[in-house]
Amino acid sequence: MTQDSNEKLNGKDPHPLDAIRERCPSKDRKSLDAGFRWFCIATASFSILILGVLLFSIFAQGLTSINWNFMSHYPEPDPANAGIGPALWGTIWLVVTCGFIALPIGVATAIFLEEFPPTNGMFRWFHSFIQLNITNLAGVPSVVYGILGLTLFVNMGGWLGATNEPTFELGVRHFDQFYTAGDKALLIPVENDDPPTIAADGLKGLNSNREWVEANVVASRRDIPRDSEARMYAVVAGKKAGRISKPSWYYFRLPFGRGVLAGALTLMLVILPIVIISSQEALRGVPNSLREAGLGLGSTRWQVVWNITLPASIPGIMTGAILAMSRAIGEAAPILIIAGVVFITSNPGNLMDNFTVLPLQIFNWSGRPQHEFRDLAAGGIIVLLGILFVFNAAAVFIRQFTQKRLS
Amino acid sequence: MSTTEPSSLKPKASFAFRSLKGIYAREWGVKSLLAVCSVLSVFVTLAIIYVLFFEASRFFAADEVTFWGFITGAKWNPLIGAERHFGVWALVSGTLWVSLVAMLVALPLGLITAIYLSEYAHPSVRAVLKPTLEILAGIPTVVYGFFALTVITPSLQFFHDGFQTFNVTGAGIAVGILCLPIVSSLVEDALRAVPRSLREGAYGLGATKFEVSTKVVVPAALSGIISAFLLAISRAIGETMIVALAAGTRPHLTLDPRDDTQTMTGWMVQMALGDVSNFDLSYLSMYAVAAVLFVITLSLTFAGNMVRKRFREEYQ
Repeated sequence: MTQDSNEKLNGKDPHPLDAIRERCPSKDRKSLDAGFRWFCIATASFSILILGVLLFSIFAQGLTSINWNFMSHYPEPDPANAGIGPALWGTIWLVVTCGFIALPIGVATAIFLEEFPPTNGMFRWFHSFIQLNITNLAGVPSVVYGILGLTLFVNMGGWLGATNEPTFELGVRHFDQFYTAGDKALLIPVENDDPPTIAADGLKGLNSNREWVEANVVASRRDIPRDSEARMYAVVAGKKAGRISKPSWYYFRLPFGRGVLAGALTLMLVILPIVIISSQEALRGVPNSLREAGLGLGSTRWQVVWNITLPASIPGIMTGAILAMSRAIGEAAPILIIAGVVFITSNPGNLMDNFTVLPLQIFNWSGRPQHEFRDLAAGGIIVLLGILFVFNAAAVFIRQFTQKRLS
Repeated sequence: MSTTEPSSLKPKASFAFRSLKGIYAREWGVKSLLAVCSVLSVFVTLAIIYVLFFEASRFFAADEVTFWGFITGAKWNPLIGAERHFGVWALVSGTLWVSLVAMLVALPLGLITAIYLSEYAHPSVRAVLKPTLEILAGIPTVVYGFFALTVITPSLQFFHDGFQTFNVTGAGIAVGILCLPIVSSLVEDALRAVPRSLREGAYGLGATKFEVSTKVVVPAALSGIISAFLLAISRAIGETMIVALAAGTRPHLTLDPRDDTQTMTGWMVQMALGDVSNFDLSYLSMYAVAAVLFVITLSLTFAGNMVRKRFREEYQ
């Protein structure tokens, strides 16, 4: 042994670990750890801070504009009278329609993927292909779905005629309308492809009480009688009628145009992957022992699904469905592409009606420079957040109180 | 009650002789119906690809446009000017700028929040922080756009005069806030998937929490973290409402984060706001831009899923 190692053994030299301790003393390591903990806390509180500032700024700006007029009026150009009535009804129409389409299809796909395992190689490939496809669809930006919907549903690729001249119509009556000298409307039922009616002797039409009346056709503007009774249905000969259409509640047309149905189908494309993935997770949560018990009793796969798996996973599926619907309520980009920002003064009355939704109305108001419209937008946001809060509370409620422990 | 008892005791003849044919037929029918529903999702993908690329090919068939000029050009003025230019880089650069700012906000904050949630946070802190992030994730994007316009941009202007009413930074920060909960929840899932034994091994060797987090847990979950980052980037690139409200409508190449710009999604919104019934070249350009956006986001999603699958460390 050399002198050096002897000294080390005698304890004169520092302990071998001291080199490490010096380079990285445990005091420093501990203070680094504590520092990082505080750094983490600061960073994590940032998100709480943001949420606080966001909610505060919106409530401070928008709370004053919320009242009954705001909830019911249509978005008039005068900010003092403007409201979100049609937007609110549009949202309800759109989301209900979308839910009726997207939820059955989404849950069915999830059941197929989870409960009917592939039996041979080709089916296995098919299953994994669909699964991969759904994962990728979930990553497609919603604005791309909007473009797809615009082409596929609104215009139908142009194969079925122009959007404003539908090829196929159901549940709509067309009228030629004359305004008489006495400011009455006279409606003549026609087919849409008829040429416009021209006022001539013997013209008959429906008045505002839906009674047939004969128009008093006069030769020229100067011949219009002064007497109010005779003036009531006076029409100048040669006048061309305006074409109006009165759709009923089941009005249907191809192509769909910028209506509720086109919007709902587009939104369906957006939330379908979400519904499928969340339903799959709910189904996966059902323990296999339950399925095997059913199969062991001689049930078919579908009997197991219908009697065992679905009832057991309904809370999970419902939670996912509600969250998907709340995503649909807040989605603006695809609807913006489908519906555009249009001035809407009435609530939708059928699936083909023009519509607007809350996020779109908020977008419209936010984009204007005037302060009053910003306040309106903030008011709309409060209503939107309120609706979303109710939906999420429902989801949490279902998750907390109806989910049974199965394993 | 006594009168009903005998009937319930009667053997049910139908039970023994019930034909299975009907059951099998129903089974087959239901299965086919479910299969048709799942095939629908494949049709959606095919429809996206067909529509985007068919309409984009009509765009490229026009005399004014060349594919090469579209891919490499940096001047975009399809609406005004005597000579129209279709160079998509003017829009792509806007998208990249906004996404870059967004990721500078979302990735570090999301990663550290996730580390805190998974490694440090007391359950009571978690009980506050987790719902906060879920609420942030559930807020509609148009609300963030409004927030960017009315709070973020004025605050930026308060600190520095150079910021314009519509600017890259304001929109980017809002997109970053939007992506923050996505990053933090995906990264937290990845961190939580790292088995406890790895952490305990490191603690047993005397490591501090910081060392365990940064030297053991994060490297072990790296594939999940990177895939979360890629998904967040893809989300930021596809974000529409925030940039439509807060980033402006002037497509141009800029390096100034205080400047306004237009992104790919912003252009689509501008086209949708216009008169859609005129099918001219600028309207068709919407499809070409959408195709570029689709290709970018799809490859990011693909890359994210591949990283997660290919480079996952298995600890069992």
